[in-house]
Order: sequence, then C-alpha cells, then structure tokens
Amino acid sequence: MSIATVDKPTDDGPPRRAITNQRNASDKRFRAVVTAGAMFAFVVLALIAGFLLFRGFEVFKEFGFGFLTSSTWDSGTGESLEGASFGVAAMLVGSVIVALMAMILALPFVIGTSLFLEYYIGKKLRAVLVSILDLMAAIPSIIYGLWGYLVLMPYAAGWAETINKYFGWIPIFKVDVENFDASPFISALVLGLMIIPIASSVTREVYSRAPQDQISAAYALGGSRWGALKAVVLPFGRSGLIGGMLLGLGRALGETVAVLLTLNLVFELKFQVLASAGGNVASLIASRIGEAGPSEIKALMAAGLVLFTLTLLVNFGASIIVSRTSKVAQ
Amino acid sequence: MENDDINLTVNATNTNAATGGNALDEGRVGTNGLQTKGVHVWFGKHHVLEDISLDFPANSVTGLIGPSGCGKSTFLRVLNRMHEFIPGAAMAGEVFLDGEEIYGPKVDVTAMRLKVGMVFQKPNPFPSMTIAENVLAGLKLANIKVQDKDSLLEECLTRAGLWKEVKDRLKLSGSSLSGGQQQRLCIARALAVKPKVLLMDEPCSALDPASTLKVEETIVQLSADMTIVVVTHNMQQAARVSDFCAFFLSDGGPGQVVEADRTSVIFSSPSDQRTADYVQGRFG
Repeated sequence: MSIATVDKPTDDGPPRRAITNQRNASDKRFRAVVTAGAMFAFVVLALIAGFLLFRGFEVFKEFGFGFLTSSTWDSGTGESLEGASFGVAAMLVGSVIVALMAMILALPFVIGTSLFLEYYIGKKLRAVLVSILDLMAAIPSIIYGLWGYLVLMPYAAGWAETINKYFGWIPIFKVDVENFDASPFISALVLGLMIIPIASSVTREVYSRAPQDQISAAYALGGSRWGALKAVVLPFGRSGLIGGMLLGLGRALGETVAVLLTLNLVFELKFQVLASAGGNVASLIASRIGEAGPSEIKALMAAGLVLFTLTLLVNFGASIIVSRTSKVAQ
Repeated sequence: MENDDINLTVNATNTNAATGGNALDEGRVGTNGLQTKGVHVWFGKHHVLEDISLDFPANSVTGLIGPSGCGKSTFLRVLNRMHEFIPGAAMAGEVFLDGEEIYGPKVDVTAMRLKVGMVFQKPNPFPSMTIAENVLAGLKLANIKVQDKDSLLEECLTRAGLWKEVKDRLKLSGSSLSGGQQQRLCIARALAVKPKVLLMDEPCSALDPASTLKVEETIVQLSADMTIVVVTHNMQQAARVSDFCAFFLSDGGPGQVVEADRTSVIFSSPSDQRTADYVQGRFG
C-alpha cells in the first residue's frame, strides 16, 4: 500500500488523505475482462450508428430536413439521388401512431394481468401462468403477424367498421375510402398483444415488491382488496408500469414483420387509424430492400438511422421517467 | 393454574384466577367492548395459541405482555381478522364486538375493520400521499363521505397529538415526518374512520423515548372514549398506560394466558409466580 496525500495544501487544517489502493494481479485481469466486455457493446452500438450515418449521409445532404417532412418516395432513375425524391414523414408518423395505439390498447391488460398474477391467485397457479406469460413473450413476431393477418384481420376489420359507423365524427376514426383491412388499428391490435407479456412481466415484478406493511395498513383501515391495491400497490408500482410499457413501446416502434403483414404502407401523411393506409419505418425498409436500386438503398439506410435515433430517444426518455417516478414513490 | 378457566368475565368478588376468572371491570354490565371466547390459532399444523378467553371492557386500555414468540401479536391480529392474510393461519373460537360475533357468516370483514382499527409496530404511512391524505385515507378506502373534511382532519391529528407539529405542512408527504411523528400520523389515520376499538402492536418499539412518551399520552387520552388493546414488551409502558394486563406465556407449546387482571394487581400482587417473575424482569 502506498500512502499518498493530496498535493495542494489546504487552508483549513492538514492536507486530506487521498484514497489509494494497490490492486493485485487477478483483480487487474478481471477488471480488464469486464471493461473489454462492456466496451465491446458500446463499440458495436457506435459502429452501427456510424454505418447508418455513413450510408445515409448522402441522402441527408441531398434532401436535408425535407427527408423528415416530406412523404414522397420516388427513386427516379434508380442509380443516383439526382431526380429522386425521398421522405419518411408518413412512415415515421405512422410508426409512432401504431406504437402509441398499441400501448393504449395494451395498458389495461398489462395492469390487469400484473395485479391478477400477484394478488388474486395462489402460488402454484401463479407459477404456471407466469411461465406461460414468459413463453408468450418468446413467440416470434412472424407468428403474431401471420395470426393477425389470417385470423384477426377479418374480425378486426368488422370492429373497425363498427367504430367508424358510430364514432366516425371523431377525426381519427374517419375514413375516406371504406376499406378497413390492414389499417394502423389492426396493426396496433397485433402489436398490443405482442407487448402485453413483456410489459406485464416487468410490471408484475415491481408490483410484487410493494411493501407488505402498507398493504396491511390499508386492509386494517377497512380497505377492500381493490382499495389496498389502489392505495398502495398502484402508486408504488407506477415506475415499474411505465418502465414496462416503454420497454413495450421500444419493441413496438422497431417491430417489422408483424406490421409488414398487417399494415398497408402508403406514402401519404394521414391520421385515419381505421383506414387501410398507414406508415412504418421498419416495415418500409424490410419491404423495399430486396428490389431497391443504389439510390433507394441509401434512402433506406437514412430511414434506418431515423428509426435508430427514435428508439434511442424513446429508451433514453424511458429511463429518465422511470428514475424520476421511482424517486417519488420511495 | 394451567389452561383451565382463564375467563375474565364479570366477577366482582372472586380474585382467585385459578378458581373462576378475574374481574377486569368490577360491576360492569352489558356486552360493550371486545370479548374473546376459547380462541385457538394454528399456523399450519403448529398450534400457537390455546384457549384464550379475554374480556376487554369498553373505554379501557388492556396491555398484552409476555416474552417474544408467545403469540401476543398473533392474538391481536385475531381481534380484527388481520391474521387471515398470513398464509396457513387458522383460528377457532369466538370474538365479540359489543356482543356481535366478528367471525359470523354475515359479517362484512372490511366494515368490521372500520370499527376495529389497528396501529402497527413499524410506522407505515402511505408514502405516495400527503399528511392530510394519509389521515383521510381510510375514508377514501371505505368510500365514506364526510361533510367537513378539514375539521375531521384537525380533530384526528389533535387527538393523535400531532396537530401542532404538522398543521403548517399538511400538504407534505407523510414520509417527510420523523419516525415518532409518522407513528402518530398512523394513529390519526386509524382514528379518522371512528373505530370503537384500537389495536396497537408494539406501537413504540421503533421510537425514541420522547416520541414514546407522546404516543403513551395519546393512548391514555384516547381511552376516554375507545377500547384499546396494546401489545408491549416494555413493562414500564404497560404499567403507565394500561388499566388491565394479560400475561401471555408459551412453555414450548402453544401460548396461553397465565394471568389477567387489573394492571395494579399484575404488578403488585400477581397470583401466579411466573407473572411475578416476568414483570420483575427475572425472565423473558
């Protein structure tokens, strides 16, 4: 152990001792391994961003901010950006609309599932249902997509028609053309189903840690079970619920194949969620990449960068919200 | 005296516990207050309380004393059915509140708990609520509408001895208070639904001496118009606040009541040697 002091003498009393520690060889090796592992993940993330930026750069240079605000998708000659016109506004807005709708549709089921599993059933049944829930989270999205396309869509189109019939006076439920297949609404139903397991899993975990003494207090005050849950568990678990939902939002924003099967991509900025026209950045890339010429590939890369940035921002916002609300709850 | 008749029913003349039961409240009539008859409790197959028959007269403080693990807190929970949340817990026997069975088939448990409030060992205000919201939480939980919330708030906090300290910060979070203040906030919260009985499970064990004294003063004042049952490990506290005492003991088997009487009798001339040993600090 070496003994070191802070060099600069202070005015108030003797110099403060610096904290020093001589690490031994095995500690150094372990530190190197852990650091390398962590750095690797960051480096890959940076490389992905760099790759997208590099490939999409020309597009941003050519169209500037217009790439985000226009909704035309015309590859022109197909060889160069000269004469082509690309913009992802409709796709970007569509991604957000579908993901937000999925969240809204999933929310009551997430709360219900979490509370039911934690507070309304016995230990044995809970163990079974929790593992089923985790299995649901592991179902590949192509399965959800196929089911949504083949099974759900015929019914859901009917529901959409009914909603349109009675609530068509609300602008978002209006349709210009009476075709209710492959609408943002149907995509959101499928995505909502997909995020219920993953969001419930996080939420249930936090609900299960609600302080028992406060739950007892609520019961002792003449609270019913619902009363105790409302007074203690829901406020306590708010951060977990938000965290779980935002995790789901992250998944919904980037979901590709389930949306590809259930949404009709149209390059037109519209806010009619029941109509058979919507947008989605991830599905756009998947649907176009196979037959894209050199110029369109550049545009798709730029679209990828936009999606990448959007999901990063959402996750960043999520962690801020979670840390803020969990402070309040403690 | 083993576990034969420990009935503490009205009996003005008999002072020999072994032959008939003690008079907790001489000359008292009717069925006011809380009574238990032949209460047993099991946790799974483990028999933890055996044949407890006690009588808690209205507007009095009864202290439940005894070594750790003899079932006092469990017994307290039986008095408002809070033991039902402990997995595997089961009870036998009867508990009467003002003559009505609280385990009856038609009893609404949540409504019953409005009459039999509880204060816990560790202060447990709701952290997501303000001080004022904490006090009124019971009303919200039970959907009780009150005309004048402000005066009820002031009344409960005053009775809990906390009003002067918090009247200027009712909008702050309940968890911003000190431990002793939090416990008095929990008492105020329990008072807001106008219970007839208040059960207290070692209410001062997590508090400093000054806060303990305040809570004890509160207990004595509250007993003017409500029945209080308090579990305590502190003999001085039992002597200071209680009118009656019941001494619980487990000799390895289920816990039993060795002796129950006026506090003055328990502390000065108990009839059982084990009671004398315990209150004088010779064991436990």
